[in-house]
Amino acid sequence: MKQFFLATILAGALALPAFAADYTIIAPANPGGGWDQTARSIQSVMQSEGISGNVQVQNVPGAGGTIGLAQFASQSAGNANALIVGGYVMVGAILTNKSPVSLNDVTPIARLTGEYEAIVVPADSPLKSFGDLVEALKKDPGAVSWGGGSAGGTDHIAVGLIAKAAGVDPTKINYIAFSGGGEALAAILGSQVTAGISGYGEFESQIKSGTLRLLAVSSAERIAGIDAPTIKEGGLDVVVQNWRMVAAAPGLTPEQTAAVSADIEKLVKSAGWQETLKTKGWADTYLAGDALKEQLAKDVSATETVLKDIGLVQ
Amino acid sequence: MTTFDFLFQGILIAAQPMNLLYALIGVTLGTAVGVLPGIGPALTVALLLPVTYKLDPGGSLIMFAGIYYGGMYGGSTTSILLNTPGESSSIVTALEGNKMARAGRGGPALATAAIGSFVAGLIATLALAFIAPFVVKLALVFGPREYFALMVLAFVTVSSAFGDSTLRGLTSLFIGFALAIIGIDQLTGQARMSFGIPDLLDGVEVTTLAVAVFAIGESLYIAAQGDQGPDKVEAVKGSVWMTAQDWGRSWKAWLRGTAIGFPIGAMPAGGAEIGTFLSYATEKRLTKHPEEFGNGAIEGVAGPEAANNASAAGTLVPLLTLGLPTTATAAIMLAGFQQYGLQPGPLLFATNPQLVWGLIASLLIANFMLLVLNLPLVGLWVKLLTIPKPWLYAGILLFATLGTIGANPSVFELGMLLAFGLLGYVMRIFGYPIAPVVVGLILGPLAEQQLRRALAISQGDPSVLFTSPVAAVLLFIAALALIVPLILRARGRGQVLSQLAASED
Repeated sequence: MKQFFLATILAGALALPAFAADYTIIAPANPGGGWDQTARSIQSVMQSEGISGNVQVQNVPGAGGTIGLAQFASQSAGNANALIVGGYVMVGAILTNKSPVSLNDVTPIARLTGEYEAIVVPADSPLKSFGDLVEALKKDPGAVSWGGGSAGGTDHIAVGLIAKAAGVDPTKINYIAFSGGGEALAAILGSQVTAGISGYGEFESQIKSGTLRLLAVSSAERIAGIDAPTIKEGGLDVVVQNWRMVAAAPGLTPEQTAAVSADIEKLVKSAGWQETLKTKGWADTYLAGDALKEQLAKDVSATETVLKDIGLVQ
Repeated sequence: MTTFDFLFQGILIAAQPMNLLYALIGVTLGTAVGVLPGIGPALTVALLLPVTYKLDPGGSLIMFAGIYYGGMYGGSTTSILLNTPGESSSIVTALEGNKMARAGRGGPALATAAIGSFVAGLIATLALAFIAPFVVKLALVFGPREYFALMVLAFVTVSSAFGDSTLRGLTSLFIGFALAIIGIDQLTGQARMSFGIPDLLDGVEVTTLAVAVFAIGESLYIAAQGDQGPDKVEAVKGSVWMTAQDWGRSWKAWLRGTAIGFPIGAMPAGGAEIGTFLSYATEKRLTKHPEEFGNGAIEGVAGPEAANNASAAGTLVPLLTLGLPTTATAAIMLAGFQQYGLQPGPLLFATNPQLVWGLIASLLIANFMLLVLNLPLVGLWVKLLTIPKPWLYAGILLFATLGTIGANPSVFELGMLLAFGLLGYVMRIFGYPIAPVVVGLILGPLAEQQLRRALAISQGDPSVLFTSPVAAVLLFIAALALIVPLILRARGRGQVLSQLAASED
């Protein structure tokens, strides 16, 4: 009985957010996903590098991060110790969900990491190259089913851009949204769909073991160590990067914003962070200040256009 | 080296004193979070990831394995004793388990859950070690249409298994479906029935609904009865331990539960709950004591509990062989692997055999430790039932609220908990079964998504649903399960009619 109560109290304590934290980072997704991993990586590096003594991560999952974002914007206003992790998927989710809160309602601090999209087919697929896939798409867009992550997310947007660049009506694409990377990967491996699209990391071990064939990556130039052409080389002007960022609460004074920015810059420049990027296979896409604001505005308007093209946003 | 050598070596590693300690911490924590509704093993492992950064890979994975198995098991205790499922995979356990506990048979119910979990965990872990590559091939055969057929089978068997009246069971199921529609549509990203409320965008949380209709509904029902009901609960009637008859009725259910749970757990879109539903339905069909179902049948605890632990091991099949995380906990364990620069996938068995076998061996040890930890406590747990009713139910209310708040600190979530609690109360008053609501919430979206995916891939051609051999077989079994009882009933009624006719003479 005693053990039980002790254990209960312990578990309860684990579950409740601690208030004595130097930073509290909201990961607007379930444990295990990209945002959660980003938040927890920031947490461990900040602590090990002595940037902050105590960092807490809190998961507020749901709706492409917009639930966490809305909660963050309303509850953390003016709190210089609160951070939220977000990214490209959130840009799309804000538009498709008609979220009342957008990235304009928080204080973007820095873009941190990025991952390029990989387009794969099962090893026994008759499609041998990206060109073959584009040919098939042009012939009958509906017959090419694409397996990837959530509807309106980076994967979906990339397929829309590819179709548009190939001169195919983006509303005709046959995109099959799966929840979570695992289920999509299984459907691709089982040849349930024609092709798969997701972050390169999701497919890496399958590509190396030869069960999936990598057709193209969505970077501007070839990536070192990855033996695949870019979509651009395939003749379509499409570059997509699934980036992740960190933002602070709204309503901060310029001094507070500067202090947070300095901490994040210290984080990004630390040896521990570079080590983390390497083990996780994330590209360093650090961008801050006015350059970040400009890039964000560009990304938002480009995303709005493509989501309208696909027909997800009216 | 052969598989046995590897396994033996793994056990040697896992049996080192420090690793045993990690396993003990893991199963204790896991049991605790399993007991608390809302807080799952996924969150616990995520919280512990930074802590384990300092440990060696073996030690931390052993701890994670302990949390995982402990979490799968822990939910059963509160399900049985308090009718409050701690995890969605122990919802079914509450059906028969709590009835048993109220009839003074809480001891045997807890014991069959503990031993069943152990047996299932043992068999499934060994299966993971020896037939994982084969099972994963089977799992990959399952595409959207096969999953849809599996869901149809689950609906047919499950809806007839809960409660006495098919109509009431179906009504409950459709309440669950209705709730399942709320939230963002997976396939198009559009919000449905969320009425502009951000909290509803992600739909109704399964554990919130389960805790509400079971625990809150029950507490309201008891409170509404006032002092009328007999307050005397016989905590222990007969032996605290399982009798020879209990053993005889349990072991087959354990084995069947394992056989159902393991492959379904290995499927990327399977999940622990479906295995428990199917196991419960199977036991109800096969039992020699159908009159006990709904009143505390031990098979109804033994089967589903075995199924949920077997599916926990099943989840590791795609994780280790393909690098496919199919549950949140598996996703975090994947992150744990990556933390040490290991990439689970087809190459892991070849590149890091010590670690894989160390993990499998530690699962065996965690499993054994759970049994050692929990069996002696059974006698203690059942004493919970001797707590006077007002205290007990006040405790349950506190417990349920704390768990929900802990998982999602939002006022809206708490409001939903209370609203669904009222729903559970009203359904109890009018005699509608509770479980199908939760079943509908879990299976409804799965069935809908898989059907729509299958039709999207075939570009709207419905014949695709029947042309896959696996899907055809599953649908055929579902059709049999629907039609055979109707025929039997029709014939039975014929006999009754003829008897009536005969007695008129």
